[in-house]
Order: sequence, then structure tokens, then C-alpha cells
Amino acid sequence: MSILTALQLLPLIGALVVGILPASNAKLVKQVALGFSLLVTLVSIVMAISFDRGNSALQFTEVRTWISAFNINYAVGVDGMALVLILMTTILVPIVFLAGWNESENGRWNVKVFYILLLILETMMIGVFAATDVFLFYVIFEAMLLPVYFLIGGYGSGERAAAAMKFLLYSLFGGLLMLASVIGLYIISTNQGGATFDIARLSELTIDSATQNWLFLGFFIAFAIKAPLWPFHTWLPTAAKSATAGTSTLLLGVLDKVGTYGMIRFCMSFFPDATKTFTPAIITLAVISILYGAFLAIGQKDINSLIAFTSISHFGFITLGIFALTSQSLTGAIFYMVNHGFSTAALFLTAGWMIKRRGSTQIADFGGLQRVAPVLAWSFFLAGMSALALPGLSSFVSEFLVLVGSYAKYPVAAILGTLGIILAALYVLLAVQRALHGETPAPSAGISDLNLREKIAIAPVIAVLVLLGFYPKPALEVINPTTKTVMINAGVSDPVAKVAK
Amino acid sequence: MTTSTSLVYLIALPLFSAGLLLLLGRIADKWGHIFATLVSASVFVIGVMEFFAMQGREGEARAATQKVFEWISVGTFQVDASLLLDQLSICFVLLISGVGTLIHIYSIAYMSHDRDRRRFFAYLNLFIAAMLLLVLGDSYLNLYVGWEGVGLASYLLIGFWNQKPAYATAAKKAFVANRVGDVGLSLAIMIAFTQFGTVTFAGVKEGASGASAGALTAIGAMLLLAAAGKSAQFPLQSWLGDAMAGPTPVSALIHAATMVTAGVYLITRSNFIFDASPTAQLMVVIVGAITLLFGALIGTAKDDIKKALAASTMSQIGYMILATGLGPVGYAFAIMHLITHGFFKAGMFLGAGSVMHGMNDEVNMRRYGAIRKVMPITAATFGLGYLAILGVPPFAGFYSKDKIIETAFYAGGVEGILLGGATLLGAGITAFYMTRVMVLTFAGTKRWDENAHPHESPFLMWAPMAVLAVGSVASGFLLNSGNALVNWLEPVVNESHEHHSEHFLPPLAISAMALVVVAIGVAFAILKYRTVPVVAPENVTGFTKAARKDLYQDSFNEAVFMRPGQKLTAGLVKTDYKVIDGLVRVVGWVIQISASSIRNIQSGYVRSYALIMVLGVLALVAAVWMVTL
Repeated sequence: MSILTALQLLPLIGALVVGILPASNAKLVKQVALGFSLLVTLVSIVMAISFDRGNSALQFTEVRTWISAFNINYAVGVDGMALVLILMTTILVPIVFLAGWNESENGRWNVKVFYILLLILETMMIGVFAATDVFLFYVIFEAMLLPVYFLIGGYGSGERAAAAMKFLLYSLFGGLLMLASVIGLYIISTNQGGATFDIARLSELTIDSATQNWLFLGFFIAFAIKAPLWPFHTWLPTAAKSATAGTSTLLLGVLDKVGTYGMIRFCMSFFPDATKTFTPAIITLAVISILYGAFLAIGQKDINSLIAFTSISHFGFITLGIFALTSQSLTGAIFYMVNHGFSTAALFLTAGWMIKRRGSTQIADFGGLQRVAPVLAWSFFLAGMSALALPGLSSFVSEFLVLVGSYAKYPVAAILGTLGIILAALYVLLAVQRALHGETPAPSAGISDLNLREKIAIAPVIAVLVLLGFYPKPALEVINPTTKTVMINAGVSDPVAKVAK
Repeated sequence: MTTSTSLVYLIALPLFSAGLLLLLGRIADKWGHIFATLVSASVFVIGVMEFFAMQGREGEARAATQKVFEWISVGTFQVDASLLLDQLSICFVLLISGVGTLIHIYSIAYMSHDRDRRRFFAYLNLFIAAMLLLVLGDSYLNLYVGWEGVGLASYLLIGFWNQKPAYATAAKKAFVANRVGDVGLSLAIMIAFTQFGTVTFAGVKEGASGASAGALTAIGAMLLLAAAGKSAQFPLQSWLGDAMAGPTPVSALIHAATMVTAGVYLITRSNFIFDASPTAQLMVVIVGAITLLFGALIGTAKDDIKKALAASTMSQIGYMILATGLGPVGYAFAIMHLITHGFFKAGMFLGAGSVMHGMNDEVNMRRYGAIRKVMPITAATFGLGYLAILGVPPFAGFYSKDKIIETAFYAGGVEGILLGGATLLGAGITAFYMTRVMVLTFAGTKRWDENAHPHESPFLMWAPMAVLAVGSVASGFLLNSGNALVNWLEPVVNESHEHHSEHFLPPLAISAMALVVVAIGVAFAILKYRTVPVVAPENVTGFTKAARKDLYQDSFNEAVFMRPGQKLTAGLVKTDYKVIDGLVRVVGWVIQISASSIRNIQSGYVRSYALIMVLGVLALVAAVWMVTL
């Protein structure tokens, strides 16, 4: 059994164990769930250490026949990109548990269900990045919607049922389009003599360009909804507004990355010609997302939808980096996915604590927090600095790589994207000023600072942002081989500097 | 190049200290300020040792590098965390750590009553670390990290008392204006990488000779934009006046002596770009000339002593920027003025702080007057700074500013006359507004608030002022004697040995003209401010009104960027809800209506949707199965 399979099984076992615990003992449920998630983190770190960094091939692979009639396999394996995303996931889950220790208590169902859903979701989040069989990927891609749907609809706040429904319908719509493309691929592989869902073998198919375009769109739209690009984005702020901080963290930090991950893994490797055809249009959408998301973020009054719109802007950067397709832009985009995961976690978790203490999601209801809760204020401030990609934090490295890599091929897009850094300063600093600075209004005066549990939860997130900002090598080293492979498959090489050294 | 192993400590020590003081929190309240000051002083000691070590090495070996670690390596984009200490950066290292340490000492007393003094010192150390990284990085990207780092420190310090909304707004304004400049720096780096395949100073220098004029001009223009943001140059200058919200020692260190001069460093460091692009150089001198007059004019109408000094800083940096645009001869003079300005302006700011300290934080000079009688040391040190900025021989500014005026005239032709005229006119206006500050503050009769009981500041405050006053007196002479600084910097800026003799105006004549202009400015101010009304008169000329409002740059920015931006944002928010999401809602509504016939699915929807999901997967299996038949 591959360590990858073990990694997926562990949270499932955790869910089962939680299932047999008495529901009355909420504390024990939480402790067991946290214990399992920490075990998963540990195993994933072991996996990362034993990962052969120079090797661009899939590692820890395992193939088991699932439905032999259709050559559907349980097939898993990771390259550098999948590895860093899985690692990000397994680190974030226990942090989310710890940060939202009490957020399960106001739900439609009991605490047990909350943690069962989260642990099942963790299995799926690992599986979706590990799957090397398109069918398996599709099944997980769709199945993941359910736990999130229940987490938003069952444990969220405000109009949580409606938000959950909007999320589900949007995603199902994308999933259907993808399903059509998956079937199309299968038919083509059958016609070419080897019915398969194996990603590597599907990449070798010869597909005429008209068909490529249709199949590409099926995948792409699904992914553009997932990691929302303008104009497919409106479900995200609604969901973020209603979901718990932990759910939002996993939704925007991890699940949405399946979209940008899929663009690289599927769109680019299956349909190189269609990728070229659609690149100008997609880059345009990406730039619109960067600027649109940023402007909308500036205009938000609700702190959670502010964070959601900053993410739309950041997904624009990631998509720009992917489709500009240079070593720097692509590696930057993949690294951006990881950094955005941690950065968004920091934002949602600190915002969640602020909201819980103040009983309001409106930025205007805060103010002067720095005076009364300095550690909380600092955490939020640093999260904001990461969102505006301050040099010294990891998000700077990835954002700059995306821009410098894109500039070589798409200077106009890169210049417009660079203007986004001014808007980022505005949306972050406006929120910081309104929430943290100024006189402390009476209702905020009694706000308590972070307790030890919360400090332990946020510390590793900030540590990752700082450490990878100064020393991104461990991540870049793992990501670079993936970038190389993608570029070779796409038949693209980096532009050469105009003045030879 | 010599390989060094100690450069990293220049940055690591203050960075570590800042982190420590912030993380320890209130535990470090008792000793945080002492610790931070000692760290700053030890950085200065290391800097001095490096300086003497450099003197011991000759030629190529004089500059030292240290590769600390591999930072970013992606394809051909290779950036190491590497430091470069050469003849240019050592000037800054000594200025930053030297003035920085003096200001640490001063702040021990100045901030002694503030509950957050430890945090203040942590920020100061953070600033020192970032500023040293800015001048020691060996590539544009390393510089960028320091560049934004000082921006962050500046933001934190301007907003140090951010419980006052206006101060918080000032901090944000500074950050955003700097970000506009950062767009320039980002783009310059992107163009450089695309052109040269590297972003190190050495690599870009090597490639610059082979690059197209268009590319060099583009890089130069973007670097100038960056410099304008950081150094408060036209049209990005409007944040500097508001930045005076920060505690006065910060204004002295960051917003006078060091950070705001980073733009001058950037252009001087990039001399190989500007020397190769006359168009970019022209842009530089235009920006410099406009700003030096702009700042000086604003300075004539400010009643807030710090804002008057801030306007003066803007103007003096305009001189420096102008000098950097004048080609190889200009760089050394720009740096010389930067150093002398670092002394006299920091000294005057500390003097202003000393006055404020004794006057219940009053900043309105109309409520000052006759301070010399109660604060003689402050008046004396401030006075020496005043003589220095005026350019009275033999004070520091005489050497540095005169050289810039001279070089401007020697640009030749119409350009020379225009630039020379602008610098000369600026010198006259400077004399006017600085005399105004002197007269309003130290001379005349007292116009104090009844609660004010001004007294001389304690030793810890006046000692740094005295040291800076010595610098205001002697630094120009020392830097100029035997062309010391010019020769020292030659390996970095490729000083060309031009002969001035062929010019129509001999240097002596220019100096004489400058002195006459200065004398007129002084005389005019003395005559005008024989009596000073406590409340600023309303019936003033349109010009004074404009100068009081910073020549309407803020109004312009608000009308052209801010308000349309706000409208755009509001419009987009509305559109997003009404049009884009509206479309989605319509679709959802249609689905709902059409599904009403099978509404029973809606009941117990949890189970139903799970079922639908399973059916979906089954449908997939079925579809695949039919295809393979």
C-alpha cells in the first residue's frame, strides 16, 4: 500500500472512530478528530521528506483495478505540484480544527457530524490531488461538494441554506460540463485502441483541434467556476459570507485550488492545441479577475466577502501565471496556490475570531482593535500584508514570479496585473484602518485578545508565510520539475533574454 | 571583489532585535529601548570597521560581497540573497546607522512617557534593518525587499499613534503613494529581466551597453517612478507632509535623513541605465527641478514647523534628484548633498522635536517665538543646521548645494540656464522659508499658549542634536576637501573628469550669485516677519492660499483618482450584484419554477441531493458502459 493511500485512509478511519464516540462528549470528539488530523500531518511530512525532489515522475504510485469493465482504476501518485498542495491541505486541517474549536456548536447537527464531515473532506482533498485516473478525479471532484454543502448549510450563519445551495448548483453545473468532456476523452481513447482513464495515457492521444476545443472548454469552465474567474465568481462571496471561518479556509484555501490545479493537470496536458487557442481569452479573463476582484474588495463592507473578493483577484494572478506558461510564471502560479492557502487561512481565521468576539461581520463595526487585542490585531495585519504580497512574505515571491514570468510573453497583461498591487494596498489598508486603528468604540472595548489555543493555531500559518518568504527554496525545488514537465508537454520554452550575457 | 562574511550582521542584528522586542511584548518594556539602541550602535560600529577595512583594500578589491543563501531559483531567474558593500553603499551604511543611533538615543528621552516605547524602538530597528538591506542588496529584487521593508516601517511609524484617525489615514496614504512607485520598481525589474536575463546590478550593468534605447528609457522611467514614490518627488510627493503625523524622531530619521533619499540611491545605483539614456535623464532633471521649486514654495506658507521642514526635505531631495540626472558629474554631488542634508535636516527635525517637547507638542510656529531664550542649545544647533541648508560658507550645504547649482548651469545651453536658474531660485526661496522658520520659532516675542512652559530638553536629547550640528558645520568641508567623496565614489559612478574652465560662468561667480540670492531671501523674510499674528491671516494672496494647500496636489489626486475610483468601485459593486449575480439568480429562479412540479425532491433535501449525486455518478458509469458496447 502506498503511503498516499494510507494518507487518505487515515482521516476516514478518524471519521469512523469519531462516529462511534458518544455525541454527548463533544470535547473527546474534538480531541480525537484533532489527533487524527495531526497524525495525517505527520504522515504527509514523512512523505514529503522521502519524496525524490529532483525527479519529475509521479511518486508513491499505486494502481488497483476498480471497475475493470471500463478500465477504471484506483490510481494515485504525486508529482511536486500535487505534493505541495497535499502538504498544504494536511497542515491546514488541524489548524482549522484548533482555530474553530467551538464553531461546530451552533449547527443544525451535532459536533460529531461536523468533524466526520471535515475528516471525510480531508480524505477527498488528498485524493483529488493524488488521483491519476480521470474518473477517480471526477468522482472525488463531485463528491467533495457534499461535505462542503453540509458544512455551509448545517453550520454556517446568516442565509446559510441559500448560500450552500448556490454553491452546490454552480459546482454541479461545472461538474456536468466536465463529465461530458471526461466521457468524450474516454470515447476517443477507445477509438484509438486503448480505452483508458489514465491521465498519462490520455495525454498521449491525438485529438483534432475542433474536438480539443470543446473538450477543453468542458474542463476549463468547471475549473473556472471552482477557482472562480470573472464572471463565474458570484457564488464565492455568498458562500464565504455564510460559511464558518474553518470551512471558508478549506473552501478557498484548498478546494478552489482544485480548479487551478486542474487547469494545469488536465486542460494543458490533454489539450495543448486548445490551450494555445484559448490562452489570449483566458489571460484576458485573468487580468479582469485581478482588477475586478480588487475593486470589488475595496467596495466590500462585510469582512468575509472582502476576503472572498481578494481571492478572486489572487486566482486571477494564478490563472495568468498558468497560461502565460513560462518557467517563472508557472512555478510562481503553483507556489501562489500554496501561499494563497496559508494567506487566506490567516485572513479567514483571524477575521473569524474578530467576528465571533464582536458579533458582527461588518468592518465598520470594528475599530481600534489594536489597542484592546494587540495579538489578534497583529495577526490580522500580517495576514493582510501577505494578501498584498509584501516582500519578505511568501506571497511576494509567488506574485512576483507570476508577473516577471508573464511580462516576457504578455507585457500588457503583466503591466495591468502589476497595477493590481496598488489596489491590493488599498483593500488591505482600508480594512486594517477601519478595523484596527482609530478610537476603540464602546462595543469593541471588551474584546479579548487571542487565547493560547488560538495563538497556537495562527502561529504556524504566519511562520510558514515568513519562512517561505525568506527561504522559498524547499517549495520551489519541488515545484520546478513539474513546471518543466508541463512546459515540455506543451512544447513551450522560455523566451530568451534580448541582450545575451 | 572581496568576499565578506560579516555583512549579513548589519541586517540580521537589527532585524532580530525588532522581532524579539515585538514577540516578547510587555516583558521587554523595561529594557527594550536600551537593547534596541545598543543594537543600532553595534551596527554603526560594524559599519565603521567595514569602512576602515575598505580603506585598507585598493582598487577592485575595495568592494565586498557576501552570498547569504540562494533565494529564488526558477529557470533562468536566479536571485541570491546576496549583499554588496561598495563605495556607494558604505556611505549609506554609515549615515543610516550613525544618524539612526543618534535618533535612538534621542528617542529614549523623547518617547519616555509613551506606553508603547518598546514597540516604537522595535519599529526603529526594523527600519534600520530594511534600510540597510535596501542599500546592501546586490540586485534589484533584494533592493525591492528593503524598499518595501522601509515602506512598512514608515507606515507603522507614521501610524504609531493610529488611534487618531487622521494619523492612521496619513500612514495609509504614505503606503499607497509608495505602492504607486513600487509599480515602477516592479516593472523596471521585469523589463530588466526580460532584456538581460538577470536582475543583479552587475549583470544589468554589463548588459546595458547592448540594450536598445527604448528599453533603457523604459527601465529608467520606471525607476524614476519608483524614486518619485519613495522620495516624495512630483507628482507623488503629497504623502510626505501628512507623514509628519509620526513621532518627530521618525520624521528626522526616515522622512528626512534616510528613507526618503532612497530614490537618489536608486538612480545613482542605476547610473549605467541613466547614463545610457538621455531621455530618461531628461525626465529625471525635470522631476527634480519641478519638485525643488514645488517643495520650496509649499515651505513658504506652512505654519506647522514639521510640515515646513517636510516641504524643505521634498525640495532638497529635488536638488539631489536633479543632480543625478546630470550625468556622471552629478551623482557624487547628489550623494554629497544627501549626506550633508542627512546631518542638517535630521538636526533641525530633532530641534523641532525638542521645541515641541517643551511646548506640549505644539507644532504651530505662530504660537512659538523667542524660544532661543529658554532653549539656547536647541536654538544653537538648529541655527547651525539653518546656516548649513542656506549654503552659507563654510557650512555643509555650501559645498554640496553649490556644486549642484554649478553642475546644473554647466549642463549647457538652454537646459543649463533653465536648470541653473531653477536651482538658484530654489536657493533663494529656501533662504526665505528657512529664515521664516527661524524667526517665527526662535526670534521675536513669545506668542505661547498660556499652558506652555518651554524648557531646554534633557541631555539625551540635546547631545544627538549637538553631534548633528557638528556634522552640519563640518561634513561639507570634509567631504569636499581634496575631492574626497568624488574620488571615493568614482569606481561606482564612473566619474568623468570634465573641465569646467570652458564654461561662461566661473564657479566663483555662481557661488557669488547664490549667496546674493540667499541674502535677498533672508532679508525678505526678516522684513516680512517683524510681527507675527498668532492666527494665520485669511486675506492672503492666491499664491499663499495655494501653497498652504500644498499647491493643490491633494485636490488634484482626489478629483482625478480618488473620487472617480470610489465611483467606479461603487458602480462595480452594484453591477456585480445586479447584473452578474442577477443573471445567476434569474437562471436559478427559472430552474426553481420548472422544478416545481417535482417539488417533493426539495423536502428532506439533504438525502435527496445525496441521492442526486449518486445518480449522477451512476449516469456517468451508464454512459461509459453504453459507449463501450
